[in-house]
Amino acid sequence: MSEKTTLTSSSIGRKVVMALSALFLILFLLLHFSVNFTSIFSEDVFNVASEFMGTNWIVQFIMQPILILGVLVHFIMGFYLEIKNRSSRQVKYAQYNGASNSSWMSRNMIITGIVILLFLGLHFLDFWVPEMKYKYIEGGTDATRYYEELVHEFSNPWRVLVYCLSFVFLALHLLHGFQSSFQSMGWNHPKYTPIVKRLGDIYSIVIPLGFISIALFHFFISN
Amino acid sequence: MNLTLKIWRQKGPKDKGKIVDYKVNDISEHMSFLEMMDVLNEQLINSGEDPVAFDHDCREGICGSCSMFINGRAHGPAEGTTTCQLHMRSFSDGDTIYIEPFRANAFPVIKDLVVDRSAFERIQQAGGYISVNTSGNTQDANAIPIPKEDADMAMDAATCIGCGACVATCKNASAMLFVGAKISQYALLPQGRVEAEKRAKNMVAQMDAEGFGNCTNTGACEVECPKGISLSNIARMNREFLTANLKK
Repeated sequence: MSEKTTLTSSSIGRKVVMALSALFLILFLLLHFSVNFTSIFSEDVFNVASEFMGTNWIVQFIMQPILILGVLVHFIMGFYLEIKNRSSRQVKYAQYNGASNSSWMSRNMIITGIVILLFLGLHFLDFWVPEMKYKYIEGGTDATRYYEELVHEFSNPWRVLVYCLSFVFLALHLLHGFQSSFQSMGWNHPKYTPIVKRLGDIYSIVIPLGFISIALFHFFISN
Repeated sequence: MNLTLKIWRQKGPKDKGKIVDYKVNDISEHMSFLEMMDVLNEQLINSGEDPVAFDHDCREGICGSCSMFINGRAHGPAEGTTTCQLHMRSFSDGDTIYIEPFRANAFPVIKDLVVDRSAFERIQQAGGYISVNTSGNTQDANAIPIPKEDADMAMDAATCIGCGACVATCKNASAMLFVGAKISQYALLPQGRVEAEKRAKNMVAQMDAEGFGNCTNTGACEVECPKGISLSNIARMNREFLTANLKK
C-alpha cells in the first residue's frame, strides 16, 4: 500500500475544521451568555464584566480576532461543503423521504446557519459597530454605558422579536451541531456519547432560552 | 392488490431518462418486491416492450445487488431490509409506488434502475484488505487472542454487503458509512492493525476521488442500512484517519 492523501485536502479534514470551529463557537457562546446573564440581576456587575471584555488587550486584540476568524472559517467551510454536497447528486430523486430517517435539524443546517449569519450581521450593527466607533474613533471611555446601551437596544419590540426568533434557529442549529461536532472528531464512545448527546440537548435549549429571557426581561422589566 | 408504478426508465448512460407509469394487477401480498417487478416485466415482454432493467442476484438479502429507491427510501419502507427481502404486504391496494435508481454522481445509471457501483470496488482495492504472507508460515488467526467485544464489533462492521443504500439515502451522497465499516472491520483486529494507517489514508483518498459527498452526521445511512451498520464506524474511521495524518 502506498499513501496518497493529506489531512487538509480530505473530506474528513474539512469535517474536522467544521467541528473544531463549532466547538470553539460553542465555548464562546457560553462565555457570552454568562456575561449577558449578569445584566438581569446587577447593572454594576454587567458593566464591570463588559468593561473588562471591552478593554482587556488579550480579549480585544488576541481573542476577538480569533473569534472573528472562527466565525468566518465555520461559515465559509459550511457554505463550501453545502455546495460540494449538493453537487454530489446532480440528478435528484422524484421522491425523497428524508423525514423517515433523519431529523429536520440535521438536514437543514444550512437554513438555520444562514439565519444565524443574518442575525450576526444585525447583532454586529446593533452592538459591535457602535462600540468600535465609540471606543476607537470617538475615544469614549464611559465605563457605565454598557447596561444603558443594552436596555436601549431591547426597547424596540421588532428587534426583540427578531432576536428571539433568531435564538430559536440557534437552538435548532445546536440541537444537531453539538453532538455532530463530537462525531466528526471521532469522539464516539458507547459510555460517553449518550452523555454528550444529553449535554448537547440541554445546552441547545438552555443557552438560547437564556438569551431569549435576557431580551424579554429588558423589554418588559427594564424599559 | 392493484398498483400504479412510477418507474425511472433510462435507455443508457447518456439518455436523459424519465418516470414512466405502469399498472400491475392481482399482486399477492406474499410476493417479494422483486417478484412483483418480475410480473411487470413479463407483462412488458408479452406486449413487446423493453423490460425494466434492475440488479438482483441472491434474492436472500446477502449479496448486495438489489438497489432500488422505493417511495423516497433506499430499499423501501421496511427498515433493516434489502429490496429483495421487502414484501408486498408493506404496501396497500391502490398504492402508487415510485421506483428510482440509487442516485449519486459516483453511481452513474447504466440502464433504468441499474447503477454502476464499481466506485465501491475501487475504494476496496485502495486498502480494504490485509496483505498476507503466503509463504507457508502464516500464523493461524485463531492462535491470536482477541477480546470478544472487539471480535463482535469487527464482525458487525464486516456484515456490510456494499449495496450502496447509505450513499443513496444520504442527502449528500456520502459513502462514509461504507468506508467506515470497511476500515473498522480491520482496524479492530490485530491482523488489520499492521496496515491500519495506510489503509485509512488510501481508502479515504479513493472515496474523495470518486466524488462522494461529505458526511454531515444526519444518521440517515444507519437507519436505512439493511445490515444495521452503526455510525460509530464513521467515528472510528475519522479517528483512524486523523491519527494516521497526525503521526506522519
